[in-house]
Amino acid sequence: MAMKFEKKGDGVYMLDVCGYVCPHPQIYCKKSLEKIGEGEVLEMIFDNPSSAETIVQMLDQAGHELMEKKNEGGKIVFKIKKA
Amino acid sequence: MEEKRNQIWAFVVTGLMILVSLLYYKTNVYYMYLVAYIWFGIAYGMMLQYGRFCFASASRDLFAAGVPRMAVGILIALIFFSVIQATLAATNMSTFHPAPFGVHTLISGMIFGVGMVLAGGCASGSLYKIGEGNGTSILSILGISFGQAMFVDIGGPFLKLVPDTWRASSVAKNLPADKVRSWFDYYLSGYVWDQPSIQLSHTQTFSNAFPGASKFFVADALISAIIPALVLIVVIYVFYIRKGFLKKRAKQTGKPTSFSDEFGGIWSMLTASKRTSLMGVIIGITAGIHIFVMKGMQIKFGISNFGELLTKMGHAADTSIRGTVFDPGYWYITSQEGQFGGWVLDKLGWDMHSNVFFGVNNGLPVPWRNPALWMSIGIIFGAMIMSLMSKEFKFKLPKGELILWGLLGGTLMGLGSRPALGCNIGAFFIRVAGGDPSGWLYGIGMVIGAFGGVKFFNWWSERKMAQEMADF
Repeated sequence: MAMKFEKKGDGVYMLDVCGYVCPHPQIYCKKSLEKIGEGEVLEMIFDNPSSAETIVQMLDQAGHELMEKKNEGGKIVFKIKKA
Repeated sequence: MEEKRNQIWAFVVTGLMILVSLLYYKTNVYYMYLVAYIWFGIAYGMMLQYGRFCFASASRDLFAAGVPRMAVGILIALIFFSVIQATLAATNMSTFHPAPFGVHTLISGMIFGVGMVLAGGCASGSLYKIGEGNGTSILSILGISFGQAMFVDIGGPFLKLVPDTWRASSVAKNLPADKVRSWFDYYLSGYVWDQPSIQLSHTQTFSNAFPGASKFFVADALISAIIPALVLIVVIYVFYIRKGFLKKRAKQTGKPTSFSDEFGGIWSMLTASKRTSLMGVIIGITAGIHIFVMKGMQIKFGISNFGELLTKMGHAADTSIRGTVFDPGYWYITSQEGQFGGWVLDKLGWDMHSNVFFGVNNGLPVPWRNPALWMSIGIIFGAMIMSLMSKEFKFKLPKGELILWGLLGGTLMGLGSRPALGCNIGAFFIRVAGGDPSGWLYGIGMVIGAFGGVKFFNWWSERKMAQEMADF
């Protein structure tokens, strides 16, 4: 099992950590946001609901914008714009 | 369609639990004692899942992501639970008992803290995550179960590590010789049982200063739980939230911030994750009601331990030589998982009755007659019902590195809970709220251990990210 971090387009990145449980999704989210530039977008896909609550608060505290969140058959997708 | 299917499964699981309860009632009214554990387990499971309530995230998310929601949730639960616990103690309706106090509590907490971060959940958190379909948590619970069972029974070369003072003290207690064979047997009977147990309300200082029922509220609730919890809330605010909040507030208002903004900041922290904080309140109250109900049932049946009812029903073989089984009378995890592991190993030919932990203290009941184990099963099914209703249930097989982390973390949690006679719930949450300072010692150990676990995972994640991002 491996996490996936890919560049999807200009200023848009994808982080796939499906299968991972706490604390991996929140740690990978934090580290991915540290790697990308201001104003760039991170599309994060994960399936550990417990991580969602922490990630939302982490984004709020850091001032990043959670542009979109959806639940697709147990998979949670967050679209995050880095502040 | 999927929503409908989830709802149907939630009803099926609920129906199954009702059916199990009715079958127990039909078999013998004494089993209502066990049924009470089942339904409190279900209630805990639903609340834990809804609130994402996991003690591992309290320190882990604080250190790894700077997010205090869970630490705050636990402190809120502690405040509410301590008040109810004091009320029950004041009316002689409490089943709480303090634990032996010593450095072993701190060391155990540290081992448990590392384990819960590696496993991705604490003892109760791993149970509710099984209910969400998380396969890694199944491995954690297996690690807790079998790790503990083996730990309490292993002798051989480890007996050389037993100090003479432990041997002498153990022998003086006149326990049956065939029950004292492992390192843990000597540790328990020759060291732990000799340590003092402290409950603030029972100390001379507080008994004299606050005669009557007030000592439970002042010493056990206010001094042991509420004041430390409030101090910790302020400390967490100052170190993790204050700077960012005041900066945001000043930008919004265009004015310099004042002292009243500090209260706004603390309130904003307390309400940042409403579902976690709300569940903190409700879990705290429920844990208190649980004690009240179990004590009420003990009075109704004229017993102090479920082992007495098992004996009346002809199942004396389930109990220890004292006629008891593990029956905490409140929210507790890990000992019952150890009993499950011990029962399985016993069936496979490993004699698990000849030790102090099972043979003298806790018994080895078959799983379907084990009241505390039913509480754990209830937590799993309660969380399953809640996650199905909120479309969050998804079965995930453990893969790759998570298999190692789950098993290793679970085993460490087992090893870290047994020497302290409890885990994040029994050794920390319940004890702190009951006025037992050893609870804070265990909590400090857990935080230190969790800090080490987070440092390791940070290093591990950096390494993996560097490999993945080599092309960028």
